[in-house]
Amino acid sequence: MNNLFPNVQWETIWAATSETLYMTGVAVAATFVLGLILGLLLFLTSKGNIWENKIANTVISAFVNIFRSIPFIILIILLIPFTKLIVGTILGANAALPALIIGAAPFYARMVEIALREIDKGVIEAAKAMGATTAQIIWKVLIPESLPALISGITVTAIALVGYTAMAGVVGAGGLGNLAYLEGFQRNHNDVTFVATVLILVIVFIIQFIGDFVTSKIDKR
Amino acid sequence: MITLEHVTKVYPSNRGEVTAVNDVSLHIQEGEIFGIIGYSGAGKSSLIRLLNGLEKPTKGNVIVAGRNIANIKGKELRQARQEIGMIFQHFNLLWSRTVRENIAFPLEIAGVPKEERLKRVDELIQLVGLEGREHAYPSQLSGGQKQRVGIARALANNPKVLLCDEATSALDPQTTDSILDLLVDINKRLGLTIVLITHEMHVIRKICDRVAVMENGKIVEEGEVLHVFRQPQQTITKRFVQQITEPEETKETIAHLLQQYSTGKVVQLTFVGEAAEQPLMTKLIRQFQLNINILQGKISQTHHGSYGVLFIHMDGSDEDIERALAFIRQQQVEVEVVTNE
Ligand SMILES: Nc1ncnc2c1ncn2[C@@H]1O[C@H](COP(=O)(O)OP(=O)(O)O)[C@@H](O)[C@H]1O
Ligand SMILES: [Mg+2]
Repeated sequence: MNNLFPNVQWETIWAATSETLYMTGVAVAATFVLGLILGLLLFLTSKGNIWENKIANTVISAFVNIFRSIPFIILIILLIPFTKLIVGTILGANAALPALIIGAAPFYARMVEIALREIDKGVIEAAKAMGATTAQIIWKVLIPESLPALISGITVTAIALVGYTAMAGVVGAGGLGNLAYLEGFQRNHNDVTFVATVLILVIVFIIQFIGDFVTSKIDKR
Repeated sequence: MITLEHVTKVYPSNRGEVTAVNDVSLHIQEGEIFGIIGYSGAGKSSLIRLLNGLEKPTKGNVIVAGRNIANIKGKELRQARQEIGMIFQHFNLLWSRTVRENIAFPLEIAGVPKEERLKRVDELIQLVGLEGREHAYPSQLSGGQKQRVGIARALANNPKVLLCDEATSALDPQTTDSILDLLVDINKRLGLTIVLITHEMHVIRKICDRVAVMENGKIVEEGEVLHVFRQPQQTITKRFVQQITEPEETKETIAHLLQQYSTGKVVQLTFVGEAAEQPLMTKLIRQFQLNINILQGKISQTHHGSYGVLFIHMDGSDEDIERALAFIRQQQVEVEVVTNE
């Protein structure tokens, strides 16, 4: 092992891996919640829906589109003052979180909106005809009926987030990306870059596997 | 139970306004099965959706079980809706829930405690005959079974009124009949008022007490089913009645027969109620010097007795034919001499 990867310090690797997992995990959770809220708002305020409101819809839609279009690496830089304000530093795993979440949530919000639009209008109407409140429609109809699409959407988003953490690593956020850049690239230790890359791939495959499994398990259509 | 007073529904649209329901007044009694028939686009769905406030009328009052649906909203409207069940052409079940969970859904909405919910669901599953399929998902059910779930779900909160929007239009004829039988059964057992809309006269014939015919947003004819069948006034009503009394090919057959029979008369007899069960033909042959030939006929059962149409050819002296026709009229049978126009 040590002959094959002379420059790899396994403790450092595991520390970096757990940092990547931490950043991805927290960002995915926050993105799921925030994206779901934004997606629901986009859907509910659109034409013909419960909270139909053209102005609100246009504003949310513009916000989502703008943040979705900014390249992630630029978003990190733009958000430095904001990050400093709420995290107190621009280094380390926690400092990457604001940019990760703000970059991914609008992306996921659009997927949520598309998933909700796929729901049969008749089912929503049936719930209304039974006297359901808006909250009941959201919790008992919209979310359960779109759940497979919501899960496969968050899977795609989570994989994108693993990539984002690597990018954030280059500008000081820690994790496997940071390791590959500092230890691997800058010091020309190709074995470190290689191990970091393999680990990122493994994480991506595991996420994809879990996502596919859960989606197929809950889809009763 | 349901009263509509000068109800109008106008939809705004890009190409001007669409008047889907135009000044409709109706009264539907408690416990009756009331059918509304019309072609696609007549405004039937708009009308039925006014009854549970899924649409608000542009003008007029919609009074259901003592509440004016037209001007209540929020909590009061939601409560009113729990007393009005609805079933749909495409069932509108939640695919993510099993049969049991779908039926429990309106009970959850109404805030029924869990234990009571489970008991009620069991009752409903029995009522609609879905024992053994409780844990199936909608995707594993046939159309008829899905509609049974729809019916159970609509009845869960013991509504006073059941609205059916083309509830059998997506089903094959046999399944349609079994669902219609179930609706009649429920109507009798629970004393539920049922309003159904359809474009199939067969549905009206089979279960309705009264019928309204809708065209271009207006009710153009209304009355007891047998009465409307016997004496349809409007052209559109006649066409609907023909849907079930005259098979497609009748007209052609009759035209052909008229050419064939150079003497005598081809007569269309329309029987309603008890008249349909009398041995009229036997009496005719015994009492008059006539040759009688049955050309084509059909008897259908309605909710209130039978209804039939018979085409016969009578041959004999003009005098005898006239006397026979007069005799038939006395038997409360509608007679129409068919001629070649
Ligand atoms: N939400 C709506 N917005 C605009 N027009 C509508 C809407 N719903 C129905 N209509 C129009 O109203 C008319 C009656 O439709 P509908 O009530 O669905 O008739 P039916 O159920 O008898 O087919 C049609 O011309 C239809 O296009
Ligand atoms: Mg319709």
